[in-house]
Amino acid sequence: MTDRTSPTPWTGAGDDAVVDTADRGMVRARARERLARWGFVLPAAAYLLVFFGYPLVKNVELSFQQYTTTTLYSGVAPFAGLRNYAAILTSDLFSEALAHTILFTAGSLLGQFVLGLALALFFQRRFPLGGVLRSLLLLPWLLPLVASGTTWRWMLDPDTGIVNAVVRGLHLSSSGVPWLTGTPQALVSVILVNVWVGIPFNTAILYGGLQEIPPHLYEAARLDGAGPVSAFRHITWPLLRPVVSVVLVLGVAYTVKALDVILTVTGGGPAGSTETLATQAYKLSFQEFEFGRGAVLGNVLMVISFVFALVHLRAGRRARAAGQALT
Amino acid sequence: MKRPPRRGRLSTVVGIVLLAVMLFPVYWMVNASLQPGGSALGGGWFPVPPDFSGYALALRDQAGNLVTSLVVALGSMALSLGLAAPAAYALALFSLRGTDLVLLGILVTQMVPGIVVADAVYGAYADLGLLNSHLGLILADSTAGIPFAIIILHAFMRTIPPEIIEAARVDGAGALRVFRSVVLPLSRNALITAAVFTFLFAWSDLLFALTLTTTPAVRPITLGVYEYLGANTDHWNAVMATTVMASVPAALLLVIAQRHVTAGAARGAGR
Repeated sequence: MTDRTSPTPWTGAGDDAVVDTADRGMVRARARERLARWGFVLPAAAYLLVFFGYPLVKNVELSFQQYTTTTLYSGVAPFAGLRNYAAILTSDLFSEALAHTILFTAGSLLGQFVLGLALALFFQRRFPLGGVLRSLLLLPWLLPLVASGTTWRWMLDPDTGIVNAVVRGLHLSSSGVPWLTGTPQALVSVILVNVWVGIPFNTAILYGGLQEIPPHLYEAARLDGAGPVSAFRHITWPLLRPVVSVVLVLGVAYTVKALDVILTVTGGGPAGSTETLATQAYKLSFQEFEFGRGAVLGNVLMVISFVFALVHLRAGRRARAAGQALT
Repeated sequence: MKRPPRRGRLSTVVGIVLLAVMLFPVYWMVNASLQPGGSALGGGWFPVPPDFSGYALALRDQAGNLVTSLVVALGSMALSLGLAAPAAYALALFSLRGTDLVLLGILVTQMVPGIVVADAVYGAYADLGLLNSHLGLILADSTAGIPFAIIILHAFMRTIPPEIIEAARVDGAGALRVFRSVVLPLSRNALITAAVFTFLFAWSDLLFALTLTTTPAVRPITLGVYEYLGANTDHWNAVMATTVMASVPAALLLVIAQRHVTAGAARGAGR
């Protein structure tokens, strides 16, 4: 991460003032200095260990325990071996939740990315008010998810919502679409809402990536007679690949664990059709107080994020190397 | 890439239309909050005349929750900056052994689902008496803010020329003095960006409010909205008035700190 190779101003301070009598004091001062430097990092490092390190370990421990409501009172959580894993991984709820999670994540990322990239390309043109419009676009992403989720729930209400009012007004369907009450439709609805939430984030990062591409490459391509499509394919896309990797890896990590949107828009319903691994993990732990089983799902979620990040970052490194070869 | 002005104006029009589509739900939220209450029916396209009974009801029920949210968000912002700024300073400007490890750890935190943190913290909080407390929520909400603030501040502080630090050092300033009188003032913009986002992360939290509070004693506004959804759906105007109130800080900060918000977003902020 740090490619700072130059010596820092502190390294070797006092080296030229070696006086025998002062030597021990010097050593002590330097030790104190080194300690002081770590003192700056220590509080944050301790916090990260307590609030991330401990939960990681604790969740693995919980997943092997029979940790239920009674545990909360008795404090006794017997070792359960692999029983939690067996019970969760073989249940229908798990395979359904996994399928919903994959659809939710893939659908959200696809929509966010394609529309986010389109908007980023659009805002790359210079025009009056472009900067202001681009930053106002961030609003959906900054709002509390529970606020946007609630608004969408109100808009998607099959009987009274504005979306169905428009659908009926345009005579697309006389009865309207059961956005929140139909089993396939509800999953589509939470994906649409999550796409809406994620577009600004994708636009912002991809726009930043586009700004980094040297304009002279486009000029050269134009002189060579390349049209906009071929300029996109041969310049924009390869050079944007590293940024795309970041967007996708972060996108997967944030989307597989997304809870707020689903909880507020559908609550996992109807008939469990929008339950994901994250909503199931929440419900098992905090509604049924089956912390052991909830922890299994939490661990599965984390493994998915890690594996995807590892695989994709390796692919990203290759793409980056290719991109550098181009420029 | 200079373009003829006519084409520029056309792009502005297209841009405004795109923004209007994207922000329509925000308009609809405000519109719904100003409709007369009671009925579940949709109401009109415009809130004329505006009806404030939703806000009266929402304020009666949720004023205390707004204060809770403000306390928690400000607390989390202070804690995040207080821990992240010194850490970012040391990671960026001293060649400490283990720097890469700390930075890798920060990346890993982005992969940890909030529910995993909540699972573990719940038991610990129950033992320590931190359930239903402001402090408990501040600490848990900072799981979003602290890694993010370190990333933002570290990225900025790395760009501070070492000569500036060296000059202060020659003048006899210790590591702490340099941090306080040189690095922090130089990092003003990055600090504002980090402050805005850490505030909003904590303000927007639903998961920790939902899992780490068991009584109405300490209830942020986000949880207020969520519980309204379950209990009070026949007063949609009050529900929507509460969501408007919960959305005000984000909108306000976007307008007054626009430059800093855009800078944070470009850095790859996420929650």
